[in-house]
Amino acid sequence: MSTATIYLDGLSVLGPGMADWNAAAACLRGEQPFAVAEVSLPPVTALPATERRRVGAAVKLAMATGFAAVDAAGADAALLANVFCSTGGDCDNCHNLLDVLASDQRLVSPTRFHNSVHNAPAGYWGIATGCTAASTSLCAYDATFAAGLLETVTQVQASGDRGLLVAFDTAYPQPLYAQRPIPYPMGVGMVFSARRSERSLAALQLSLCNEAASTMADAALEQLRQTIPAARSLPLLQLLAQRSAGRVVLDYLDDCRLAVTVQA
Amino acid sequence: MQALRLSAYTLTTALGRGVEPHLAALRAQRSGIVKKRWETVEFDVCIGEVAGVDDITLPAGLAAYDCRNNRLALLGLQQDGFAEQIEAAKARHGAGRIGVFLGSSTSGILNSELAYRERDPASGSLPAWLRYRETHNGYSVADFVRKHFALSGPACVVSTACSSSAKVFGTAQRMLAAGLIDAAIVGGVDSLCLTTIYGFSSLQLVSGEPCRPFDVARDGISIGEGAAYVLLERADGAGEGAGEGEILLTGVGESSDAYHMSSPHPEGLGACMAMQQALQMAGLQPDDIGYINLHGTATPSNDAAEGAAVLALFGQGTPCSSTKGHTGHTLGAAGGIEAIFCVLALRDGLLPGGVGTSTLDPALPVNYLLHNQQQPLQHVLNNSFGFGGSNCSLVFSQVTA
Repeated sequence: MSTATIYLDGLSVLGPGMADWNAAAACLRGEQPFAVAEVSLPPVTALPATERRRVGAAVKLAMATGFAAVDAAGADAALLANVFCSTGGDCDNCHNLLDVLASDQRLVSPTRFHNSVHNAPAGYWGIATGCTAASTSLCAYDATFAAGLLETVTQVQASGDRGLLVAFDTAYPQPLYAQRPIPYPMGVGMVFSARRSERSLAALQLSLCNEAASTMADAALEQLRQTIPAARSLPLLQLLAQRSAGRVVLDYLDDCRLAVTVQA
Repeated sequence: MQALRLSAYTLTTALGRGVEPHLAALRAQRSGIVKKRWETVEFDVCIGEVAGVDDITLPAGLAAYDCRNNRLALLGLQQDGFAEQIEAAKARHGAGRIGVFLGSSTSGILNSELAYRERDPASGSLPAWLRYRETHNGYSVADFVRKHFALSGPACVVSTACSSSAKVFGTAQRMLAAGLIDAAIVGGVDSLCLTTIYGFSSLQLVSGEPCRPFDVARDGISIGEGAAYVLLERADGAGEGAGEGEILLTGVGESSDAYHMSSPHPEGLGACMAMQQALQMAGLQPDDIGYINLHGTATPSNDAAEGAAVLALFGQGTPCSSTKGHTGHTLGAAGGIEAIFCVLALRDGLLPGGVGTSTLDPALPVNYLLHNQQQPLQHVLNNSFGFGGSNCSLVFSQVTA
């Protein structure tokens, strides 16, 4: 059983050696060699100054990823139902809270605390865009990207409207880094629509399957795919970069994978 | 929307294990909130603690998942024959056709809180016993439940603070509508930890006394913990039409405040939108709702915003109450727990009077129940609102002859 056909209207990538979708697409098509470079995160100018001061790398990454996808789709962010998916949310913030709670004083910062909710980036997104539509924040460890994609596509199918997916992952600092070593921050944004339009880049259908996940031929890209949950999207991004029809299997849960059929 | 049947449900909170002690506590208007010292917290705190969580042992094959949150998750699964109902659903639909969508805000973070106290003084490294993936990580509880039942369908944890386990009903409903699954385990589990006790205290949102929703003197929440599960299936599945007395999920409404990270929109605009959408999806008018289980956290601003929204949409007539005075605020589990309170209200015609509240706030002139009422109900509404401006309202309906 597949989902209905859903249309991709715009996408964005922000990750190591992938400053934007065009740079990522050139790598994924093999036109440019993939070379890891630091990820530069722009300040969130869309937020009021008081809020801007309060946000760390995870929120900056999520916001930059979201805005780039919305721009690419020519959409109005204020009108898009949205899904934010991330394995750990704001990991720096979480580490800081754990550190403070293990200290003698336990002087927890109220801002740190309200930023610790997994939906903090989605909350800031709402404040920045004025969007009052439905917003879901979720996680599924390494399966987080596919879980977010499923949530967004089923949401768009149910509403008959457009929707935004923002997948973003950052790493914890040590000592938790040792247990969850995510080597680089990475964000992937997608705007989907239930209707075909002049904006449509591709038509997608999702179905659950049992097959092995598609892998990347390039060893460095495959390394990314295996170590960053948001990079589990790379086989799909490659197919989209090639602007060709095809089918990829995205890593999801141990015994449940997500097949994506793309019609150009 | 296509209505979904609540084929099985169970809850465990400070009021007890399973439906029966909850019904008894509602009837007696009993609170489970107790003022005490908890763990290493340096001050007395009013909490809704579930008894006996520390005594729960996880199955050997899932020992890596051992933490307070998953012990509570397992304790919850063992009540009301819920586990047997899941096995039966597996036989009906197949393990790959059942989704697991649970809400949690803090997962098993207590384990990392404890582990950070045991960091190696020289290297800063964590003790070897910490299993981040299986405990602290946000997905932990859905992973645990899915593996416990050997399911192989889709799964995730929705973590939108205090609306988490209401929003999973929407996730399941859309996944069922898309035909990707035939049944879903939804609900939520959240457990006491230092992050929330110190965090809410830092925001001055914790009351020194058991919480008093909608009271003129309300001054904050009491943190609770709990586990709630519902098995959702299509109401028309396998030739079994919805029968008289069955409880259905008929509406889901979701919105965002787009206003502030930890304060609600003062006029409750987001809350109002969520309620309107839920009614619209259910094809109902405000007058059709016989009872509202309020989010009702008992902070001054949350209750004021929700009261304004309820007043704007329903006026002063619709009976409503918060059950946070009974259980404490169970955060990411609250939506699921209160969904089951709605089911009990429908099933037994019991409109629960709030606990802890003595003098209603005259500025919030909704029909807040201070005493239990007994009357047949057909449709009820459940509100769940969270940090980040995340709002979710659910409508549950009883099939009548």
